[in-house]
Amino acid sequence: MEFVAVQFLNGLASASSLFLVASGLSIIFGVTRIVNFAHGSFYMLGAYMAWTLATRLSAGPLGFWGAIIGAALAVGVLGAALEVTILRRIYRAPEMFQLLATFGVVLVVEDLALLIWGPADLLGPRAPGLRGAVDIFGQRFPEYELLLIAIGPLVLVLLWLLFYRTRWGTLVRAATEDREMAAALGVDQRRLFTAVFFLGSVLAGLGGALQLPRETINLNMGFATVVEAFVVVVVGGLGSVPGAYLAAFLIAELHAFGILVFPKITLVLIFLVMAVVLIVRPHGLLGRPFVGLPASVVSPAAVLRPSSPAARWVGAIGFVALLAAPFALGDYALTVATEIAILVLFAASLHFIMGPGGMVSFGHAAYFGLGAYAAALVASRLAAPMVAGLFVAPVVAGLAGAAFGWFSGRLSGVYLAMLTLAFAQICWSVAFQWAELTGGDNGILGVWPPAWAAPAAAYYYLAVALSLSAVLLLRRAIRAPFGYALRAGRDAPLRAEAIGIDVAATRRIAFAVAAGSAGLAGGLFAFFKGSVFPTYLSIPRSVDGLLMVLLGGVNSVSGPVIGAIVYTGLGEQLVRFTDYWRLAMGVAIIALVLAFPEGIAGFAARLADRRRGAPAEDAR
Amino acid sequence: MSVLAVRDLAKSFGGVQALAGVSFEVAAGKMQAMIGPNGAGKTTCFNLLDGQLRLDAGRVYLAGTDITGLPTRRIWRLGVGRTFQIAGVFASMTVAENVQTVLLSHRRRLAAFWPRVADLYRDEALDLLAQVGMAEQAERSCGVLAYGDVKRVELAMALAHSPRLLLMDEPTAGMAPGERMALMSLVAGLARAREMAVLFTEHDMDAVFAHADRILVLDRGRLIADGSPAEVRTDARVRAVYLGSDAVAEAG
Repeated sequence: MEFVAVQFLNGLASASSLFLVASGLSIIFGVTRIVNFAHGSFYMLGAYMAWTLATRLSAGPLGFWGAIIGAALAVGVLGAALEVTILRRIYRAPEMFQLLATFGVVLVVEDLALLIWGPADLLGPRAPGLRGAVDIFGQRFPEYELLLIAIGPLVLVLLWLLFYRTRWGTLVRAATEDREMAAALGVDQRRLFTAVFFLGSVLAGLGGALQLPRETINLNMGFATVVEAFVVVVVGGLGSVPGAYLAAFLIAELHAFGILVFPKITLVLIFLVMAVVLIVRPHGLLGRPFVGLPASVVSPAAVLRPSSPAARWVGAIGFVALLAAPFALGDYALTVATEIAILVLFAASLHFIMGPGGMVSFGHAAYFGLGAYAAALVASRLAAPMVAGLFVAPVVAGLAGAAFGWFSGRLSGVYLAMLTLAFAQICWSVAFQWAELTGGDNGILGVWPPAWAAPAAAYYYLAVALSLSAVLLLRRAIRAPFGYALRAGRDAPLRAEAIGIDVAATRRIAFAVAAGSAGLAGGLFAFFKGSVFPTYLSIPRSVDGLLMVLLGGVNSVSGPVIGAIVYTGLGEQLVRFTDYWRLAMGVAIIALVLAFPEGIAGFAARLADRRRGAPAEDAR
Repeated sequence: MSVLAVRDLAKSFGGVQALAGVSFEVAAGKMQAMIGPNGAGKTTCFNLLDGQLRLDAGRVYLAGTDITGLPTRRIWRLGVGRTFQIAGVFASMTVAENVQTVLLSHRRRLAAFWPRVADLYRDEALDLLAQVGMAEQAERSCGVLAYGDVKRVELAMALAHSPRLLLMDEPTAGMAPGERMALMSLVAGLARAREMAVLFTEHDMDAVFAHADRILVLDRGRLIADGSPAEVRTDARVRAVYLGSDAVAEAG
């Protein structure tokens, strides 16, 4: 009994930390509609800055608390600076581009932190006056944790007062409810957005800084936190601060007790909860549907025109280059080319649902990884030939996609994206924790192709043949009636239903097709690498896919192909030439987003149209 | 037999009774207007008829078949076309592709992954567009059309599956006065030529009295008149509802 009580208090302390980060994220999303991936980086920066300040300032309470407050405010200024320098320029771009920009910031911050603070974990000072522990039900409980427990509700009350008792708060609530209406009422959006970014970032920085006496500070804490914060925000309801506290409480307690009751599925538990909440209450526990939140977050789309003669020539030359590559490239370059060929299919499969479907997936790696695991399991456990593995991969992934898609058919926008993330994390957790089947963290090794496909050139041709065929089929489907049905559902769902289209069913089919294609890519990848690991289904791989699609251009059929080549090629080169490849990649992503808000392929098409003198309206 | 028969339709939102006990019929080849002040329940009625809203009570028959409570897409397949108050077209498609998509849906070919849409039902789509005067703009993107043109594309889309009943919610809203009359004449001609029943709402009383064969008047969710333009014009209750505007008395 005593143990349960203490565990409950532990949960409460974690809930406070989680709430600080999540409430900031929720406020920023509520007003600006930006899915701010950099929020976790601000949390991490808050911790690092507090460490620097606390170790420089006097050791007394003034120094410690001064460091905490100073770090939070400094992070707030950084958040406002991010809004002013980068995000403000792309508010008119599709929402996913803002996400892409914030992801660039994540990469930049991670490497800057590495440059400034080094790779080693840092241990902060303990809070002066709160170093001891108190006796609760005969168990020792740290005083600092008690303080944390109090801080969460305190901040909740302060935020409530700010939102419901000040004029500024009223404006923020108005903008959260209906952005257009708030603008029509004369709210200065630029100042409001900057201020909201400041407030949200202060909360993230404070959340990070308060971790100083609790845990070591490291470069990974940002990403882990932002994912959990997203879960909290979505479960609580986007834009709802009380919802964020409720969800933080639920999830922290779930963690605290889940680890006792179901130690095997702790990682999966919070994502299971998120999935259930989204299915039962699509707008979160305390959330309400947003006014003016588009069903699709990747609009506005342009008309698909037949490929221009120039584009056909580029395609033909590219095809010849693909065939000739093994004769021109060395073994290393050929493996890079093979990897790119596989990832092109991965990107194209994601584009299929994101572009024509208007459905953003944050968890597309699930299908890639399921395909890889299916192929590897068939090959290693059943000792079946590679061909069987490559056949099973898309089937398994496609079935999983059909199953997940069945739940997702009615959701849209960010909620759908978060549900896909939940499914992906569930798959990842299974791969990670079901060690008897999957080998857990050690993965499955020795998944090699048979002799005929073993040489680098042979496997290259195999990968290119399968990937290219699948990409061309997807491309064809976009220009076929099915693609039009999908786009109809994206452009105007009510109109689509009013001409006999079952929009949800169409989306589910698209989901299954995209998942199957990603699964084939995963199967190819498994035999290419000779092994599979849980990282194949992890969030970074899903983000890779998103980056490829967005870099190439969502509204362009050739976008994912170009995006995958540029992203993978760039990454490969950067890793070879610099230790700080994340910094370079992040800067490159931000620059690309600012320069080409319609993606590389979209920009090229516009350029070509301008040269032809075609009307800008049809820029493709 | 009438194409559409509505019996005791009722719908409330929260405590507000949007429609109560509304019954009427629409005959083939006839233009039937539904008028009434803002908030009278016209759009609600349309959304009940085509299945976008669930009705609380009442029955809807299409050519004798009970279509009450069917989903929108089923009702469409049974031959009910619809244009929206705020026109809904597929902005990422050309004018022709919008109509081709409807034709593909009508022929149940939208599940096909292989054929190119560019080659499918194109002539038929251009025919329909010619009927509404949009053939010249067939290759333009629907996302950049003038609003009046969007409304005409929407009409072509609504006509594509040769509906028995066409529901038009404020077909001329946002159009210039000259355009309004032209569009209504066009629809009236099509209704007669195709033996199609048309039920439309409209705020422009000139357009209503010039083209309607029969007029329904709704007020606060109740049907207060149902008759020929001449009967409605002289109806005391209608005049009371429109009191002060004289719109009904002077129109036509």
